Amino acid sequence: MTKDHKPVVPGWFTTSGEDFSLLGTRCTACGTVFFPRQETFCSNPACAGTEFAEVPLSRRGTVWSYTNAGYRPPAPFVSDPDAEWQPFTIIAVRLEAEGLIVLGQGAPGVGVDDLKVGVEVEIVPGVLYENDEHVYTTWNVRPVEVKA
Amino acid sequence: MSTDREIVVLGAGMHPWGKWGRNFVEYGVKAAQDALKDAGLAWQDIQFVAGADTIRNGYPGFVAGATFAQALGWTGVRISSSYAACASGSHAIASARAQILAGLCDVALVVGADAAPKGFFAPVGGDRPDDPDWVRFHVLGATNPAYFGLYARRRIDLYGASVEDFARVKVKNARNGLANPNARYRKAFTMEDVAASPIVCDPLRLMDICATSDGAAAVVLCSKEFAARHTTSPVRISAVSTVTPTFPSALIELPDIATDSSVAVAPHDLSFRASLAHAAYQEAGIGPEDLSLAEVYDLSTALELDWIEDLGICARGEAEKLLRDGATEITGRIPVNASGGLGSFGEAVPAQAIAQVCELTWQLRGEAGERQVSGATVGITANQGLFGHGSSIIVTR
Repeated sequence: MTKDHKPVVPGWFTTSGEDFSLLGTRCTACGTVFFPRQETFCSNPACAGTEFAEVPLSRRGTVWSYTNAGYRPPAPFVSDPDAEWQPFTIIAVRLEAEGLIVLGQGAPGVGVDDLKVGVEVEIVPGVLYENDEHVYTTWNVRPVEVKA
Repeated sequence: MSTDREIVVLGAGMHPWGKWGRNFVEYGVKAAQDALKDAGLAWQDIQFVAGADTIRNGYPGFVAGATFAQALGWTGVRISSSYAACASGSHAIASARAQILAGLCDVALVVGADAAPKGFFAPVGGDRPDDPDWVRFHVLGATNPAYFGLYARRRIDLYGASVEDFARVKVKNARNGLANPNARYRKAFTMEDVAASPIVCDPLRLMDICATSDGAAAVVLCSKEFAARHTTSPVRISAVSTVTPTFPSALIELPDIATDSSVAVAPHDLSFRASLAHAAYQEAGIGPEDLSLAEVYDLSTALELDWIEDLGICARGEAEKLLRDGATEITGRIPVNASGGLGSFGEAVPAQAIAQVCELTWQLRGEAGERQVSGATVGITANQGLFGHGSSIIVTR
């Protein structure tokens, strides 16, 4: 039996189609992009905008910084307390077109030694955790492979 | 540099930091009684109480002003309670200062106390996908030290800092804390001790990251006129900066998972942390060149280096050099965290910003004992917490 896939937060990233991307919103008045999405008021103090359009965020960016979780984070992070702790990376990605920095967990297998401030990374689909009924999906970050 | 917006710190008191396992109110009462004694006043003389709230001790923590007033004995005093994450203590000081400068009272008591849980701070319970503090834990597993790790890594990759530099901060602050009876860890650390501790959030190790502590701090604040009747050598608060970030906030900050976008508006020249200090300097009419010492929020060792630059003590990327040259030692040109800092205390959230002011008060009076900074006349505090909170207070003599 295959489990249902559910996004960890609905509406924050695409769940179908070939081009996975984070989904933000753009204020139609001033152009400011919001992630997580903002849909009722604009946080630019000089803008009175109230209308927002959904926009896919850039799929590639550069590493602003990175770290890892050497210890198991507390709830509401979900993990199996009986499993040996495996550190995951946390990567801050600078998206040039949107003029913002967004955090993401590194894709499985990406360690801090694979990263450097300024290198190009891509935002890809990932799995946050699963339980008996569902696989909870999220976004991950991984270095763009250098093609030979 | 005396202005008509100044108030006086008439008394300072603290309950030692630690993991004492008792009610936070006990710690706060002890700190308050010590501050009153230091000021030479009785509790009944206090006209206003400003409490700094804790969110980890139930309802009494949310109404700290009332909680401490009741514990000391209801006197009909007016009260306020402030919550501003790690800057709660400064917001309580700001509340009391406003009352004094408005002429609504002459003398106020400010108290902050906490009893902290062990381990990582975690959000309060419940499923709240609209709360960024819940989202960063659930979706990313991003603890507070994860953000400190991101900042520390930038120093390595951009400025050539090393993990040994970070360890030097711990060694310095631990040495300073040895001489502080209110510090929790009165223990010397070596570079090897730091290097042998486990990685919490690369490149930071356990000894690079501040613990959570129980503790309390209190100050008695008053008008200059009131002070003139009680002391001949007043220590003054010349600035209290509690400014928010300016849109677009371009650095990733706790507890957010993304920054503001700067496509429509260019980011301000000053980072949020730098703007906190800038507003304090403007209010006091001084600059970083006037400082005798600084108490900064070393939630991590590397963050102390960020703060040194945010305070304008040196240019970006140059804090490691100051550290290596010994300039930030108690005997150096600009001592940083002479108290021992959070590295020696651990964080007791609502008490911490008040404790920074206690340290500056004792330093400027020349009462800091073995950790005394020679001839100190001007000190600055710096602190930052979640949700756009932060503070910088300037104390002068």
